[in-house]
Amino acid sequence: MKSKVNRELPDDLMKELDYKPFETTEIGHPEIQRVAPKVHVSTGDDKIVDSIKQVVADTVKDGMTISFHHHFRNGDFVFNQVMRVIIDAGIKNLTLAPSSLTGVMNDMVIEAIKAGTITNITSSGMRGSLGDFVSHGGLKNPVIFRSHGNRARAIEHGDIKIDVAFLGVPSADRLGNANGMEGNAVFGSLGYALMDAQYADQVVLLTDNIVDYPNTPASIKQTQVDYVVKVDKVGDPDKIGSGATRFTKDPKELKIASMVNDVITHSPYFKDGFSFQTGSGGAALAVTRYLRQSMIDNQIKASFALGGITKPTTDLLNEGLVKKVMDVQDFDKGAADSMHTNGNQQEIDASWYADPDNKGAMVDQLDVVILSALEIDTKFNVNVMTGSDGVIRGAIGGHQDAATGKLTIISAPLVRGRIATVVPDVTTVVTPGDSVDVLVTEFGIAINPKRIDLIAVLSSIPGLPVYKIEDLQKMAEKRVGTPKPLEFTDRTVALIEYRDGTVIDTVKEVKD
Amino acid sequence: MAENEERLRRTMMFVPGNNPAMVKDAGIYGADSIMFDLEDSVSLPEKDAARLLVYEALQTQDYGDAEMVVRVNGQDTPFYDNDVKAMVKAGIDVIRLPKAESAEMVQKLDADIAAAEKEFGREAGSTHLMAAIESARGVLQAANIAAASDRMIGIALSAEDYTTDMKTHRYPDGRELEFARNMVLHAARAAGVAAFDTVFTNMDDTEGFYRETEYIHQLGFDGKSLVNPRQIPMVNKIYEPTEAEIKNARNVINAIQEAKLKGSGVISMNGQMVDRPVVLRAQRVMKLAKASNLVDEEGNYLEK
Repeated sequence: MKSKVNRELPDDLMKELDYKPFETTEIGHPEIQRVAPKVHVSTGDDKIVDSIKQVVADTVKDGMTISFHHHFRNGDFVFNQVMRVIIDAGIKNLTLAPSSLTGVMNDMVIEAIKAGTITNITSSGMRGSLGDFVSHGGLKNPVIFRSHGNRARAIEHGDIKIDVAFLGVPSADRLGNANGMEGNAVFGSLGYALMDAQYADQVVLLTDNIVDYPNTPASIKQTQVDYVVKVDKVGDPDKIGSGATRFTKDPKELKIASMVNDVITHSPYFKDGFSFQTGSGGAALAVTRYLRQSMIDNQIKASFALGGITKPTTDLLNEGLVKKVMDVQDFDKGAADSMHTNGNQQEIDASWYADPDNKGAMVDQLDVVILSALEIDTKFNVNVMTGSDGVIRGAIGGHQDAATGKLTIISAPLVRGRIATVVPDVTTVVTPGDSVDVLVTEFGIAINPKRIDLIAVLSSIPGLPVYKIEDLQKMAEKRVGTPKPLEFTDRTVALIEYRDGTVIDTVKEVKD
Repeated sequence: MAENEERLRRTMMFVPGNNPAMVKDAGIYGADSIMFDLEDSVSLPEKDAARLLVYEALQTQDYGDAEMVVRVNGQDTPFYDNDVKAMVKAGIDVIRLPKAESAEMVQKLDADIAAAEKEFGREAGSTHLMAAIESARGVLQAANIAAASDRMIGIALSAEDYTTDMKTHRYPDGRELEFARNMVLHAARAAGVAAFDTVFTNMDDTEGFYRETEYIHQLGFDGKSLVNPRQIPMVNKIYEPTEAEIKNARNVINAIQEAKLKGSGVISMNGQMVDRPVVLRAQRVMKLAKASNLVDEEGNYLEK
């Protein structure tokens, strides 16, 4: 069978896992039954546990689903400590269901797979040695990749049933009231972990900082927590995010950023009260800088900024150019600190942020979103998962979710080194072209032909050449040549879900 | 003198000829001229590789409307001959001669280019040249250098070597360059070629860059040599004509057309005769306005 973006899906696997192929970006108005977690009743006076070993022995059994969050990013000390104990305890056949996997976890995951401890994975993404390992067939069962909004949906549906969630926090009290803002290894918003805290059958907090009861503000509440484990260190604050986000000096990134800003400011959405999501990365930060100037020049204020937050965005909040910041995660210490001090920076969970099966998610209200791409094809389909070698090296993140915004801009260079970004067909479809509106490259922009309204308003901006995306693709090919087609085996190593839980594409094992 | 003398040359961006990424991306920043460097930014072991890279780039990459310039190695080096031959063969627009000190040096380059054009079957005279003035001797010979060849499109002041030769260095106020700037500019204007000001290397001193660019704009330079693409919009901003200048230029152009329609040799505007300098200035203002995206295709001023 095929998904609507013309990708062949393996019939046997689709049947076995009871999947439907991706049909449409429209969610409609279905009625959804959500699940509820088990509650192990307690007065709360017995939650403190001395060792990870003890809590693992009390909670984790063969065949369970366990989860973690990735808010510590590459400064995470929690994942490896817990997994070490689980592997050493000889536990087998676990499903690993973290919000995402960061590089610092890679070696431990590979060890756990080899030991038979982990046999299934669902994640937003993976990179480095783990992506390489999975792409070369290292895990028997296919990985299921889900966007942040889709993970929230899957948890609420019971598609992901978390038995035990291990959640590191920089501060908690003895009953489990916790936040990500106080302590040593602070990361700000606990947005992704809030899903686990709410829906896991057993919630284990790990912290290096047990504070007086009751701890406020409480992002995770004592009503959700079963255990509180004191550890030496939950994370390395220097590796959680960059201390001070510096603006790029790369002239190409600046050029793309200024063109993105031109697209935004000439669009009908750029008016008082508009909303936006810019994400992280050099070009995105530069867009924020250009956008700031345009907002000042045109006396326009935004109603809210959404998603993963950086200091340049919280600066806009402090300047009064943005009224609210709706914060699912913080990419740097400045943004994390700002959540603590600015009441207009609201912590939101992944469901509120982006879950499609909802009574309204923030992304549904989003006007302008800037997203990146490893590849984009002439159908505007975007790949943020696999590299030019076909190997897994990315994450869906909020890409599919935020792309439902009213003006979705993909900002990407035409070519990276000798690799084309604009291609005839992306290696892996992650975000369908139907939800992408404008591609901005250093040479010019391409507008999705379905957006006739945008073609009309964006086609005569001085200094902003408009191309057909097919022409941009040809320009890229002319520069770097035609690559030899990638070779894969028939074996499926990963499924890419669309945000509604259908399958949009698969990743095959690479042939070496 | 080379044709297309009225071409805009506000920005000449230096690109090291041995850096593939920068050579590949050189076309995206909107520089009026792109100058691939085979000389000072390329170390000795990389001279051949850089020549080959630039040659291939000129064959395969699309640099749009930019004027393509290559700075070859000096005539006293073993690289000069191959540089000139390869660049003429590649169809370069302009060859830039470094350290020009006499008309004879320019005439030698002219002859070498002519020979190479013949050897590689390129149209005779299609390859232009320019000269960089980098010494006291060069400054004093500027007028002869600028007038030494029909292929000449412009001369450039190169202040780093020049200030060393003058036993000084560059100062923020640029007073040490006053004489050289004026000599180069006058030599260029007398010969009817373009004048390029020197580079400004401190990327962190935005204010200083604007100050210097405003100054050389006031003097009358065509434009500036640049080391960083981020400087391109800054120079273009200084060279932007004002709304009043554009509207006035538009009226002059209209008056010319009116006179043409009437078959009249005399152009008049508001009852006054419009003489040739006014016409030339108006044409240049409209060209700058168009390049600065300040007017539409018909020349109407676009409100910001």
